[in-house]
Amino acid sequence: MTSPRAPVTHASPVVNAALVAAAAAIVGLVIVVPLASVFAEAFTGGASAWWVALTHDADTRHAIWLSLTVAPVAVVINTVFGIAAAWLVARFRFPGRSLLISLFDVPFSVSPVVAGLALVLIFGRQGLLGPTLAWLDWKIIFAWPGLVLATTFVTLPLVVRELIPVMEAIGPDEELAAVSLGASGWQVFTRVTLPTIRWALLHGIVLANARAMGEFGAVYVVSGHIAGVTDTMPLRVEKLFQEYRTPASMAVASVLAGLALVTLVAKFAIERRLESEARDLATARAQDAGHP
Amino acid sequence: MPAAHPDTLVPVARPTAAPATRRRRTAAVLPGFGTSAAITSLVVTALVIVPLAVLVVRAASLGPHGFVAAAWTPRARAAYGVSLGASVLAASTSAALGLLVAWVLVRVDFPGRRLLDALVDVPLALPTAVAGLVYSTLYVEKGWLGQWLVPLGVKGAYSYLGIVLVLVFVSLPFAVRVVQPVIESLDRDAEEAARILGASRMQTFLRVVLPGILPAVVTGFALSLARALGEYGSVVFISGNMPFKTEIAPVLIVSRLEEFAYAEATTIAVVLLGLSLTLLVVVNALQQRLARNAQ
Amino acid sequence: MSIHVREVSKSFGSFKVLDRVSLDVPNGGLVALLGPSGSGKTTLLRIIAGLEFPDAGHIEEDGQDVTQRHARDREVGFVFQHYALFRHMNVFENVAFGLRVRKVPREEVRTRVDELLRLVRLEGLGGRKPGQLSGGQRQRVALARALAIRPKMLLLDEPFGALDAKVRVELRQWLRRLHDEIGMTSVFVTHDQEEAFELADEVVVMNHGRIEQQGTPDAVFDQPATPFVMDFLGTVNVFHGRVENGRAYWHGIPIDYPDYPHAQARDARVYLRPHELELSPVTGDGSPVAGHGQQAPSLLASVLRVTRTGALTRVSCRPQGWQTELHVDIPTESAQRLQSKLEPGARVAITPRRARVFLPDPEYAI
Repeated sequence: MTSPRAPVTHASPVVNAALVAAAAAIVGLVIVVPLASVFAEAFTGGASAWWVALTHDADTRHAIWLSLTVAPVAVVINTVFGIAAAWLVARFRFPGRSLLISLFDVPFSVSPVVAGLALVLIFGRQGLLGPTLAWLDWKIIFAWPGLVLATTFVTLPLVVRELIPVMEAIGPDEELAAVSLGASGWQVFTRVTLPTIRWALLHGIVLANARAMGEFGAVYVVSGHIAGVTDTMPLRVEKLFQEYRTPASMAVASVLAGLALVTLVAKFAIERRLESEARDLATARAQDAGHP
Repeated sequence: MPAAHPDTLVPVARPTAAPATRRRRTAAVLPGFGTSAAITSLVVTALVIVPLAVLVVRAASLGPHGFVAAAWTPRARAAYGVSLGASVLAASTSAALGLLVAWVLVRVDFPGRRLLDALVDVPLALPTAVAGLVYSTLYVEKGWLGQWLVPLGVKGAYSYLGIVLVLVFVSLPFAVRVVQPVIESLDRDAEEAARILGASRMQTFLRVVLPGILPAVVTGFALSLARALGEYGSVVFISGNMPFKTEIAPVLIVSRLEEFAYAEATTIAVVLLGLSLTLLVVVNALQQRLARNAQ
Repeated sequence: MSIHVREVSKSFGSFKVLDRVSLDVPNGGLVALLGPSGSGKTTLLRIIAGLEFPDAGHIEEDGQDVTQRHARDREVGFVFQHYALFRHMNVFENVAFGLRVRKVPREEVRTRVDELLRLVRLEGLGGRKPGQLSGGQRQRVALARALAIRPKMLLLDEPFGALDAKVRVELRQWLRRLHDEIGMTSVFVTHDQEEAFELADEVVVMNHGRIEQQGTPDAVFDQPATPFVMDFLGTVNVFHGRVENGRAYWHGIPIDYPDYPHAQARDARVYLRPHELELSPVTGDGSPVAGHGQQAPSLLASVLRVTRTGALTRVSCRPQGWQTELHVDIPTESAQRLQSKLEPGARVAITPRRARVFLPDPEYAI
């Protein structure tokens, strides 16, 4: 999100008012009304009905629990990967570097359904590793590991994409200074790199977590959609809806929507920190260039 | 040796310095090249390269005839048509609406501007299943919006229009966020110069402003299109999934998969993958151009 | 500690940054690497620091080969051009960093850091973040941080490049005093001739990845070894001339040049510094104006304009029959004395007091 500066405009007040009204109508109709209706629909029967819908159904309870265990694992994998990959491409030059950077983007553009299918083709019973997995008695597809793999795939670019520009803007000199002052690799990472990228990292983690909690397509394909076993919250929303239990479906959806709102607030707060740090960096650069 | 010349009184070209180069290899000094390369290549290989390669290999193993037979059935062709058509419609709508919203956010000061700005990000955080669920309940006959629209003959649920609506929802943030910084960076002086030279507001917008932001609008369109083409979670709720009418390609993949028709599912997925990767290349090229223009 | 650079080469891709460079820095010396950007001076400094590895050649410290020794173990104090202060740490923690990673006891860290902050005159600012400091203060934090680990040598990359003119001069003098106090072997990179001459015991002039000349500031300025050095150190008038029989001829005016005793004439380049030319007013027919004796062979010219640049005044003139200008620097005092005789169009006689002659590169001669 880019922060709006104090805008200056030369258009007439009437035109501006019309433009604002149009923008408000667009955002209102496309975004606000649907969002509001989730909560309205979820609470039509009152708070207690909402609570009952969420907690008295064993399958719904399991779905909430499953989402809460799958998403963090995917986010942790993404965090480790994101830091390693950003460090690699922002601090080193090597052949194939730009190709690698475009590969990071692939999960954004591939349909989650296609990604899920690809995982089924590898780990499914008919898949490449199917016989091996059967012999080992490991279950990946229609099971928890498959959910984690699918979720990790769709959220893969989120952390690394946040870190690369920040690390490139800061440059390697602070880390080189730390090395020449005698710091070990781990010390450079924990004392110099991590503190400088912490807000960007948190930003990526928050986005990845939101996407992980809400992923539908890829998870749908690899999960087998088994109630009480592999249904995550978004899948539970769909199943309840298919079973014509719209109020219950809306109750689960409202939890996800609430989570989305919390995410946005966190994102907003983190972005303010990031902007102020970017401003500090720009001022420091300007001073160095001799323009205080 | 040349004969002694008379003194030539032309100053000699002076030795010049080599051009400054600032490429540095710090590979050997900064730690962690091996570790980060190992983690990165492991994850990228295992999660991106191998799965997509397996997909392509499986599809290729059918041979050209088998591939076409599986990927080009009448139902599949209809699904590609619905996917592409609805996505193009949605992406165009998003690009146009996104331009307007971005313009207002940057150029007009009004109470609630920051809130409006924050709300644009909602579709990025809201699970697509929730969006699909809500949209389908909003536009049915008894829904909040459907109660007014359905009597007018506008069916926004279980219809082609429904697909477009929900795809606009998921792609709108991309269209806004690509255009917004470009409008912010526009040179206001050029607009003022155009006005001083006698151009009307409309002429100024069309001749001075629009050429500057058009590349960003196109990039926003391409990003929205990429997002819309792959979307599944929200569409499956609202489209009704009628073969030949409102069935998009990802939905067809899933239903083939549920019928254990792996070959067909795989080939359709490969067609979709090819389309997505082409779009990715286009988007990358467009964004590089945007970055160059920004400098 | 003494530093010896032996035949070091380094390329980035196809661009040769350093080409078999050898250099000796004596123990306790303060040496400036001077050259235009792209001359390889920063790369050489980074190689000495271990932040870059040479493609060929060796680095020796006190006779010990340290070429492959990692920067972490070089015990070098390095001051980065933009300081590279740890932005999230305060001044105290920045200076303490090298001690902390060495697990130095707490009290010792405090004593040492306080001592260093006093040395760089930043007492009481230990709690500030780098962003709250001025450029000069940040520079001194960077210096204190580098000195904290008691390095064997101090390397500085354009230490004053990012400061404004006044702070730069102050800090320069302060750094010179500091060096005299602690006597640590130091090397700094600069593109500013004045800075190199004022600060360093020895100046190393670099160009195109090679060392053109190494010597004391006086030696480098007075006996430039190459045309590049001559040209790089201040303004110079460059002309084609001719050498034969131990003399060079510039517009018929002979200049001693014992390096070329041969009878066969050869083309040469004649370098004249503006302040080493003498100028005297003449009358319209070229005879000396009364009171301005003129014995030596000289060049007649007419004044184009006079520009005061401070203590010196630059007289731009065009010798008879020339297409180009010749610059002569004379003390402003004398210029004021001659004022009326230096108006545009006035005629003057120019005599070279000193000139440097360089034979062109062989490929041009044959």
